[in-house]
Amino acid sequence: MIESLTSLMGGFGAALTPANLLFAAIGVLLGTAIGVLPGIGPAMAVALLLPVTYAFDPTGAFIMFAGIYFGAMFGGSTTSILLNTPGESASVMAALEGNPMAKSGRGAQALATAAIGHFVGGLLGVIGLVLLAPLVASVAVDIGAPDYFAVMVLAFVAVTSVLGSSRIRGFAALAIGLTIGLVGLDPLSGQPRLTFGVPQLADGIDVVIVAVGLFAVGEALWVAAHLRRGQQEVIPVGRPWLSRGDVRRAWKPWLRGPFIGFPFGSIPAGGAEIPTFLSYVTERRLSKHRDEFGSGAIEGVAGPESAASASSAGTLSTMLTLGLPTTAIAAVMLAAFQQFGIQPGPLLFQTEPDLVWTLIASLFVGLVLLLVLNLPLAPAWAKLLRIPRPYLYAGILFFACIGAYAVSGQAVDLLVLLGIGAVGFVMRRYGLPVLPAIIGVILGPDAELQLRRALQIADGDVSTLVSTPIAITVYAVIALLLLFPLVRKALPARTARPADPDRERTPV
Amino acid sequence: MTAVEEKAPAPPREKRGWLKEHSELGVSLLLFVVGVLVVVDTLLESGAGSDSDPLGPRTVALVLGGALLLLSVLLTVDVLRGGHGEAEAGEDIDLSTPPDLRTVGMLAGFLIATAALIPLLGWPIAGVVLFWGATYSLGSRTYLRDLLIAAGVSVVTWVIFDGLLGVDLPGGPLMGVFGA
Repeated sequence: MIESLTSLMGGFGAALTPANLLFAAIGVLLGTAIGVLPGIGPAMAVALLLPVTYAFDPTGAFIMFAGIYFGAMFGGSTTSILLNTPGESASVMAALEGNPMAKSGRGAQALATAAIGHFVGGLLGVIGLVLLAPLVASVAVDIGAPDYFAVMVLAFVAVTSVLGSSRIRGFAALAIGLTIGLVGLDPLSGQPRLTFGVPQLADGIDVVIVAVGLFAVGEALWVAAHLRRGQQEVIPVGRPWLSRGDVRRAWKPWLRGPFIGFPFGSIPAGGAEIPTFLSYVTERRLSKHRDEFGSGAIEGVAGPESAASASSAGTLSTMLTLGLPTTAIAAVMLAAFQQFGIQPGPLLFQTEPDLVWTLIASLFVGLVLLLVLNLPLAPAWAKLLRIPRPYLYAGILFFACIGAYAVSGQAVDLLVLLGIGAVGFVMRRYGLPVLPAIIGVILGPDAELQLRRALQIADGDVSTLVSTPIAITVYAVIALLLLFPLVRKALPARTARPADPDRERTPV
Repeated sequence: MTAVEEKAPAPPREKRGWLKEHSELGVSLLLFVVGVLVVVDTLLESGAGSDSDPLGPRTVALVLGGALLLLSVLLTVDVLRGGHGEAEAGEDIDLSTPPDLRTVGMLAGFLIATAALIPLLGWPIAGVVLFWGATYSLGSRTYLRDLLIAAGVSVVTWVIFDGLLGVDLPGGPLMGVFGA
């Protein structure tokens, strides 16, 4: 505890150097700008900006990524509030109350509520990270290969089961991702798998190309096929501000949000989607102005936004302490760590303490910058929504190609990129979620390695996989997740799905 | 004779309509093909485990291949029973229109052209082709303005990446002009 604080102070010393402050500021600005741009979510933002960071040292790169993460989350809510068409699942709830607020001329207040919500949520979330991460890491240092394998299987099952309407499609997406991860020489035996004799495939398909292909090229092609003709109406907005009455209504939701957001962000349950929904429902129950919900209640913006921001911090703590990505953006960041030859996990706090604590300190710095920069810049961000779509999507494809090319300097990689983009297109067309696929690509090879390592140690005795209490617990949770829908089907009483916001609107 | 001619085109049209309705079966087919590929490739290419590596490179790949085949069957059953995946919505997406595959094809074409042009002409010029081609495919018809923006974006990015960030992008014939 005291040790953490000392390390954190050291981290602040490193984070507050002019160069690192600049990285944080660039990250926050780029992240917000890209998050505001329609069609670009946080995961695509980090994927597209990967090549930029090749030139930096890891610390600078991750300070920037952290800024991009928080910035992009906030930028996404700006789009929801002003356009009423949320780009990513995390900002659906912001649109529900924020857009009616904007329509009735309170857009400035909605944006301010979102910005402060992100600040408060992020702040409490990162404090949670400081308190819990070293603890989790010190416990996790002792867990072995069987436990790791179990936790990774849990991640696979959770991202496919908890979210999305169809589990078959979720698992299909996961299987596609795992197959892409299989390509290349097997790291233990050196034997080629799915390389079809093509030398370029021997090293496998680079994770950067997969991420950029699935997120950027797949999305650009998919939008191109259904591009909305004619501009949507953007609600004009002034400088964000809040009256005293607004603050009185918003401060409790701001403080409650992180307690819902952080825990959900740290487990593999899809990041911000569930906690923002839960926070919304909670605030609606607790509000004295329940009748205003649906037509612009400020509590309905404050709570979910704060929860969303705190869930990012939760996601980061799981990624740093266990090396386990729970959201698409964490998966891409994990890939970035691996590019730098750093393996996040319990040992990270011992092997790279300076990097970790500078990163954590820069999260605080980034949050302050986010608040200071975004309140005055909001009207400028709103203008970004008017960018002509041909330029926007041409730009996405352009930077996707640079990213793919920069990986190894081979033009052939652009064809691989296009192939992966085509897979991303088909997945979007037929409702296969992208998250399980990217988690499969990134965690798949690791999971196989842990499995084989476990069996190596146990001389091939399969029972080693369930030999520890952690592993047994995790498998029990997996079984629950898999069986839950069957149980629910057997109980006829509740027909509506809990994750359906419309159900909440119908008077009971 | 005429009766036969009239009758003949009807069933294919019906069939085409059915296939269009159930185009998701293509995903099942894709999973099936990939599954077969994984299984066959694994059986042909990789060896069994050893004492030091009991599972070997085969086991996981075979399980995955089997899972792909199983999912292919499950998805087929689901689609035939009337299930369908929901197409992804988004800010700029209008799902009420049929997919505009011409635009997608043109974008893919320009991307392939870019891949071919990079080794010949370098990034700056290939990038202009890519950016301009993409704006054209996406329906922009202000050719000159698009070209200027494409040139600006491409050259500035190349200078930033190659010059400042040290990411190696070939300059091509323009290299001499800007001095790499």
